[in-house]
Parts: sequence; structure tokens; C-alpha cells
Amino acid sequence: MKVLVPVKRVIDYNVKVRVKADGSGVDLANVKMAMNPFDEIAVEEAIRLKEAGIATEVVAVSCGAANCQETLRTAMALGADRAILVEADVELQPLAVAKLLKALVEKEAPQLVILGKQAIDDDANQTGQMLAALLGWPQATFASKVVVADGRATVTREIDGGLETLELPLPAVITTDLRLNEPRYATLPNIMKAKKKPLDNVKPADLGVDVAPRLTTLKVVEPPRRQAGVKVADVAELVAKLKNEAKVI
Amino acid sequence: MSILVIAEHDNAGLKAATLNTVTAAARIGAQSGTDIHVLVAGSDCAGAAQTAAQLGGVAKVLVADAPHYGEQTAENEAALIVAHAAGYSHILAPATSHGKNTLPRVAALLDVAQISDIVAVESPDTFVRPIYAGNALATVKSADAVKVVTVRTTAFDACGTGGSGAIEAVAAGPDLALAKLAGRELTKSARPELGAAKVIVSGGRGLASGENYHKLLEPLADKLSAALGASRAAVDAGFVPNDYQVGQTGKIVAPQLYIAIGISGAIQHLAGMKDSKVIVAINKDPEAPIFQVSDYGLVGDLFQLVPELTAAL
Repeated sequence: MKVLVPVKRVIDYNVKVRVKADGSGVDLANVKMAMNPFDEIAVEEAIRLKEAGIATEVVAVSCGAANCQETLRTAMALGADRAILVEADVELQPLAVAKLLKALVEKEAPQLVILGKQAIDDDANQTGQMLAALLGWPQATFASKVVVADGRATVTREIDGGLETLELPLPAVITTDLRLNEPRYATLPNIMKAKKKPLDNVKPADLGVDVAPRLTTLKVVEPPRRQAGVKVADVAELVAKLKNEAKVI
Repeated sequence: MSILVIAEHDNAGLKAATLNTVTAAARIGAQSGTDIHVLVAGSDCAGAAQTAAQLGGVAKVLVADAPHYGEQTAENEAALIVAHAAGYSHILAPATSHGKNTLPRVAALLDVAQISDIVAVESPDTFVRPIYAGNALATVKSADAVKVVTVRTTAFDACGTGGSGAIEAVAAGPDLALAKLAGRELTKSARPELGAAKVIVSGGRGLASGENYHKLLEPLADKLSAALGASRAAVDAGFVPNDYQVGQTGKIVAPQLYIAIGISGAIQHLAGMKDSKVIVAINKDPEAPIFQVSDYGLVGDLFQLVPELTAAL
């Protein structure tokens, strides 16, 4: 069984983002970039399926600028067998990415697509669901446990109020939540090996996909900053403030 | 053209998130005087439909009542919404785990973008939404004929009641039989829902164990009729189940009072609670980032301060 793992290159989650003064977006110049953390979890899950003898091949995919190659090399250093870059210099929105992935799924015929539930830059939480819809496949989003056996995936999902378990016939799309696994670190020998693994490059036009954005960002601003309040000396002062000043108890 | 709101419900009744979403719909419709319709898709869901019909500003409730909608799987529900999408300029759902699961499927099937997690309506095609864990706010304009939108419920007040919308049964679609529900384990609690609570008592790694979490925070939550929340660290450490998590990828909350206990204040956590009206932080580290967003900070040993606070209320 082949597993396809889409990965996105985003600002490293430790970086404090800065909004550009002209309001056109967030400053990406000289900022540390990394694989979207949820996609790292997806790569890890796919590799574990391969180590368990369930998956036979793990193919990482990234859609974006040429430097997404770095993210794909990381995925291969973690254990993906090969990678495909869909290279585009324009902004790719979730619907466009889902269409690109659909075209790749039709070429590669994986039984499973595993990807992060959301990217920590646009926080959209759409691509996996959109891909599943375009393919007419079942989906299990926000997965905290995945078991694949007998042509089915049994997925435990994190939902409001608790957990639910879905059974899906394969092929299917799974999106990962935080507690699915703890991703490994790439070792130096594996980083070296990853440089020799195959990385294909295709363009959206090769896949016949129109990636024109549907949403225009008019402006990006910093949210109103919350003022730090006061430190109180003890519990009595805290209770008095909450009662008399804030009037919330 | 009308606006369609997808109801969040448990068949018997309507979830509070629907009320906030109707308010967002009213903001969109205010400029054009557009009707608001609510779709209730479920099984034996007459109870939820009747409550929806009483919401202020709701002109019509569409009810698709069939056994295969009982589990509210995204595949069946999205197909149903798409089948009834004609005549709607906007399709809205709350940005709950259910809405986030279902609505992108609807958008893809309609070949339109989705605008996720809006916090403000600028005009019928322009919305404000947080990006980068709420560290930036983007104003986005949609060029699509139908706007598919999920709504951050904490950014919109609940709509009123007293309406008398018409209830209309609509044809159910086929059971696509794609995903099957094998089970649900919902946390049973007499406390208010995290998303709807006026007061939230939230605990982090500083509590050191699940036992401490329950021993210290439950009496305090009881006194305040509060919901219980947690940081990712506390959930990852197994103190409490996943549905307690407040943050960028967990629940987004904005209660009247948020009490953060033993939570350092990672940006991912702040993203989920910084719109609370009043924030109290109790932490032994005076430099903890949580104090930069808290109205009242108390530096000290939570094992001593929390019981003291409980006793003082």
C-alpha cells in the first residue's frame, strides 16, 4: 500500500511573527522556516505504517516555491521514500492545493493520504477535507489514533466533548491531531541519505490545475494588544479586585 | 438570495454555537435584508428544529431527518448541504470540530474557497479572520459566487429567541456509506461547556499530576460554577482528556473570567483565551508570559494559593 503525505513549509512554530508595517502580510524575510508540525506528525505516522509492514512506500508532496524542497528533504530524512514538489510561485490557497493533490493522487494511486489537520500559518484547516471531497473519498480528521488493517482504517478522532471512532474503507484521507504520535528526529546519516532520494518536480500546468487564488487579502494587521494588568499581593486582594473592580464574581 | 446556517445540534436540542453563527449571518444579511435559513440535518431531530425555528431572525428551518444523518458524518452531510445550496449566497457553520470537519467538503464540492474562523464581517464578501495563532488579523475578500464560511463563536454574541420561523422538511440524500461511526466517548460532566462557560478554571503543567488537577481545581470550579480547561502540556501529560484543551488547535474561549493556574502561557495557549474579558494568572514564575496578558497576576505556590482562593469565595 502506498501512502501519500502532503507537507507544508511554514514559519517555525517558535518564531514570533511580525506583521509588516505596510499591512500587506507577515514578514517572512530571514525568518526560520520548518515543516508544519501537524505534517511532521503525518510523516511520522506514515513511516510507522511502513515499519509495521502495512505501507510499502511513503511519498511526500509539497506545493509551493522551490525552497519547499528543503521540507521534502526533511520528510525523506525522516523516512519518506521519495518526494514530489509541485512548484508554483503564486500563493496557493487550500482549494488549489487540494486540486493539485487530487491530480497527484490520480497519478500515484495511494490507498491513504495522511496530512496535518491545519497549517500553523493560515490556520485554515481545510485541505484534507477538500481533497477527500474532490476524490469522493471518506475522511477522518483530527486523528489521535490510526489502525490500518484489512483494507480499512479505524481512526479515533478528537472532537468537541471527547473522542469518536470512525471506520473507513480505503482509500481514505486522514488528518492528524497533536496526540497521534511523537515525531522522531532525523539522524545525520539519514539526512545524508535523503539527499540521494528521488525528488520529482512538476508544475501546476503539468497537472492541468488552475491555481488562481479565490480570496484576496486586503490587509493584515496586528490584533489589539492586551495590556498587562497588575500583580496582586495575596488572595484577599485578588478576590477584592474581582468583586469590586472587575465585577466578574 | 438567502443565507444558510448549518445547525450544530445533538438531534434533541440545539448547541449554543448555532446561536452565535446566526448572529454572524445577521451581520452579513443586515446590509441587504437577506433572509436567514437554518439547516438541521439529523435523525429524530424535530427537537433541534423546533428550537432553531424560535431563534430571532430565522425565517425558515430546513429539516433533513433520516437515520444516516444521525451520526453527522461529513460525507453525508456535505452532500446534503450541496444538494440544497442553490439560492444561497452564504453558507455558514460554527468553527467547532463538527463545522470544521464538514464545511471544507461543501466548499470543495461547490468549487469555492472557504473562509475559516471569521471574527468580523466587513461586508457580504469581506471578512476578518485570525492567522498565525491569532498573532495577525487578515481581512480577506472572496471572489466566489457562494461564500462558505466558518464562524469563531466567541467573536459573535448569541442571537435572541422569540422568533417563529417556518419549519420545512427537505428531501434527504442517499446514504453514501463511506465512513461509519464505531463509537463515541464523550466526557460526561455536570459543568458548563467550555465554549459557552462564563467562568473557566484552567490548569497547566504546574499542577504536576492529574490527581492534583482534580483535587485543586474542581472545588474552585464548583464555587464559581465554572468549566474546566487545560493547557496542551496538561493534556499531553495525561492530567485530563483532550477535549479540555484551550489553544490554537484546541478550543477557542472567551469567558467573562479565565483563571489560568500553573500555565506558563505559550503563544499557542494564549491564542485560545486572550479574548477573555478578565484573565487571572496564578504562577510561581514572575516572568511567565501568562502575566503579560493577565489583568490580575498572583505570584506564588499554587498548591497553597488555590485552596486559599477557593476558601475565600
